[in-house]
Amino acid sequence: MSRTYLGMPAFPRAAAESTRDGTLRANLRHATHTIRAKRAAAVAELEDWERLRAAGAAVKDRTLHHLDHYLPLLEENVTRAGGTVHWAADADEANRIVTDLVRATGEREVVKVKSMVTQETGLNAALEEAGIRAYETDLAELIVQLGDDLPSHILVPAIHRGRREIRDVFRDRMADWGRPAPEGLTDRPADLAEAARLHLREKFLRCKVGISGANFMVAETGTLVVVESEGNGRMCLTLPETLISVVGIEKTVPTWRDLEIYLQLLPRSSTAERMNPYTSMWTGTTDEDGPRDFHLVLLDNGRTDTLADEVGRQALRCIRCSACLNVCPVYERAGGHAYGSPYPGPIGAILTPQLRGLASPLEESLPFASSLCGACYEVCPVAIDIPEVLVHLRERVVEGGPVTVGGNRTVIRPAKRHALERAAMRAAGWAFDHPAALRRAQRLAARTRRVHPRRLPGPGRAWSDTRELPEVPEESFRDWWARTRGERP
Amino acid sequence: MRVGLFVTCVNDTLRPSTGRAVVTLLERLGVRVDFPTAQSCCGQPLYNTGYRHGAEPLLLRTAAAFADHEYVVTPSASCAAMVRDAYPRIAARAAAEGRPGEAARLRAAAERLVPRTYELTEFLVDVLGVVDVGARFPHTVTYHPTCHGLRALGLRDRPRRLLEHVEGLELRELEGADECCGFGGTFAVKNAAVSAAMGADKARAITRTGAAAVCAADNSCLLHIGGTLAREDSPVRTLHLAEILACTDGVVP
Ligand code: SF4
Repeated sequence: MSRTYLGMPAFPRAAAESTRDGTLRANLRHATHTIRAKRAAAVAELEDWERLRAAGAAVKDRTLHHLDHYLPLLEENVTRAGGTVHWAADADEANRIVTDLVRATGEREVVKVKSMVTQETGLNAALEEAGIRAYETDLAELIVQLGDDLPSHILVPAIHRGRREIRDVFRDRMADWGRPAPEGLTDRPADLAEAARLHLREKFLRCKVGISGANFMVAETGTLVVVESEGNGRMCLTLPETLISVVGIEKTVPTWRDLEIYLQLLPRSSTAERMNPYTSMWTGTTDEDGPRDFHLVLLDNGRTDTLADEVGRQALRCIRCSACLNVCPVYERAGGHAYGSPYPGPIGAILTPQLRGLASPLEESLPFASSLCGACYEVCPVAIDIPEVLVHLRERVVEGGPVTVGGNRTVIRPAKRHALERAAMRAAGWAFDHPAALRRAQRLAARTRRVHPRRLPGPGRAWSDTRELPEVPEESFRDWWARTRGERP
Repeated sequence: MRVGLFVTCVNDTLRPSTGRAVVTLLERLGVRVDFPTAQSCCGQPLYNTGYRHGAEPLLLRTAAAFADHEYVVTPSASCAAMVRDAYPRIAARAAAEGRPGEAARLRAAAERLVPRTYELTEFLVDVLGVVDVGARFPHTVTYHPTCHGLRALGLRDRPRRLLEHVEGLELRELEGADECCGFGGTFAVKNAAVSAAMGADKARAITRTGAAAVCAADNSCLLHIGGTLAREDSPVRTLHLAEILACTDGVVP
């Protein structure tokens, strides 16, 4: 059984739980702080980083603006090179297309390259229902799959697991999925990697269908690009007879020259490497070399709706480097699962509510899962102003407003659960716009300061459970100024 | 030189000592300080929580209150960032919404206010051109560069340079200084558990410095940090940077 994100609680509740998990916090802290420092060093090596970053943002913006031109061009070039292009409006359609394609081969097993988009569509569960077994071949994805777990990081899906836990998962679960773990497996990283290698090798050699995503699609030639560190991707992309790639439409770049920008931005931001160890590129099919059949499934699944929002659309620039997760103080404490989707951390907080719409309390809570500290924006290699989008989406939640759903523009109503807050904000806004009233309130607070409680009841507990309340001074600044400077307030 | 002090609602109501310190400090440096009483709140609590429309009247009010001042100085990095980053954005959003009349008024107000608005340390270092403000504060102090000061405004080493020139002050390095303290306005109550966890980590790092006080350029963060420190019975007290810079007799105001 593969687990799904369905029915996850809203962020604050899930995050409160994971925040209490000391082991998780220690694992995450160690992992994110290590990569944080390495990334900063790798980025500092390039003098023109800021210009690269601006170019990365500009090329994506322009391409997204002209997808109506680049996508047909991509389709034409993939087709000319011997591939077949399929269009999927949503996750179900993509899963149906892939399932049918696998069925048509008569195979019952597939090997998978790590791919975010097939996590997004829940492809493994769909294949399972159709009696097809999908094997994850990325080391961390394998750990997640064997452990019947959910990924909690874009790049390192098993970041929440320690070495010992991984050893236990391998020892207890590998046999259910194929070659068992070697006797007496230790938790040394080299031993764990070797166990995974042996377990996966027989699958690479046996499976006739491979499934992948892609980091980039080059429209001018119809070339797909996958970057990775382990080499498992290269195996899945070259050994099977049939290759099916499911890719979000926003992964398009116009030309090979544009890759120059992203192949510098991506590895330094994600793994802090100058260049990733494996970069696989393929254009359709080639006789006697690699898969004989190549299918590209282009996925929308909320992307064109997101594109219609002029503030929110910048989220589609994302190249899934995960730098924003690694610097996020909220992600570090809450962990990835609290975000209720395969896209955790700051990017998840702006992407999930847009791709899925403000569909449930979970999506409504995500734009608030940030202190707006801005660390994510600072590191993002394509300069997505995540705090700006968060604030914009907060507005959609509390005030409602125009959104695009399924290509249709509609106006959503404010979320119900924010009614009390809305009233309070309205009152505060009114008081701030009437300084005389504000002054009366300040004076009342000053006069009653001796009897203020140290802890608040109701919603105020959220503050005073862990923090002392500030003491109200005897005299506001306003009153002090009036008293000492003799000016009439 | 006539400076309008934008004290901010938090300082006005909860930390008037910071406002008084800014007045003392600027007057000592020969600046004429004015406090236009029509000012209130920059609108940040509303804007950041999603109530952009509720922030519009406060944008207009703030701009009108300081219409006549050559410089507008505020002892709050986040309120300065609100003016600089969010005010033009609020005007642009109104235009995008098809409200040209309001958009024009908002844009005009923002355009007048933004170039004259300075966070206190920017004003001292960039406009007055001083780093030694003649302060004496013989205590150990650590400095927390708040997120908006660090990333939104890019205050860089301005606060540190000012602190380094305070007579008798010993500056202690804060581990993980650039990490958020977890305040984040309404985040502190909407995601109280994560906010508290971030606050506790920050408080621990502050206490570990062994400093007598932690200072910052923003009192909202300090209320959260101070509240956490007090709950954990830490001996470290919180001070706004201005209160240290205003001090000449070495006594904590
Ligand atoms: S939002 Fe930016 S930093 Fe975060 S994963 Fe995407 S590209 Fe990387």
